[in-house]
Amino acid sequence: MTENKKMAIIVHSGTLDKLYPVFMLASAGGAMDVDAHLFFTFWGLDALKKGGLENAKLPGVMRVGTGMMKGRIKDANVPTLPALLDLCKEMGTIKIYACSTTMELMKVKEEELIPEVDEIVGAAAFLEIAMDADVQLFI
Amino acid sequence: MDGFNVSERYKVKETLDCKGLYCPMPIVKMKKALKGMAEGEIVKILATDPGSKRDFEAFCRKTGNKLLESSQEDGVFTYIVEKVGP
Repeated sequence: MTENKKMAIIVHSGTLDKLYPVFMLASAGGAMDVDAHLFFTFWGLDALKKGGLENAKLPGVMRVGTGMMKGRIKDANVPTLPALLDLCKEMGTIKIYACSTTMELMKVKEEELIPEVDEIVGAAAFLEIAMDADVQLFI
Repeated sequence: MDGFNVSERYKVKETLDCKGLYCPMPIVKMKKALKGMAEGEIVKILATDPGSKRDFEAFCRKTGNKLLESSQEDGVFTYIVEKVGP
């Protein structure tokens, strides 16, 4: 992960509608030699808990439509969220950061997180990465 | 031009059938294929995602690989890409 362009995304939501764009951009970026640095903070951290990606739902009242949406995603041959994460890891173009403050606020322990998490960091560490990035997004 | 015959002018190392796949899968699959190929080798991709034309153009511009041909016939896009670089 040296000469690649860099994308920094703050992942603020752990719901299906927000996580899909995150992982689609990360995997498309990986294919284009763009490294994706994802900072999971606040409700985004839910996605990094074991089973979080598998069980992500649509937000609010749309929650009841999650099954239908997942059906459509499957029908369109779009991979599941864990499969997209695997693709990115396989390409070696993704870095997953868990927000340390959120872990305290939400009472999440390190052993509750999926092993794909690269580092537990604070805002300053992520800002340093984001300042050097070519694309910065908040999703 | 002569539609699919266009691609027969090239010595294709691998053909990827991405019909029925949507973004980002066609370019992810192409990236994987290119990884296993040598410089100068050619991959042919068949796709149906209407967004794939702009995606393949952008992919090739940004990664330096060469989009030799892109054509469309009966809703199927054909892309011929030459690997550039290691």
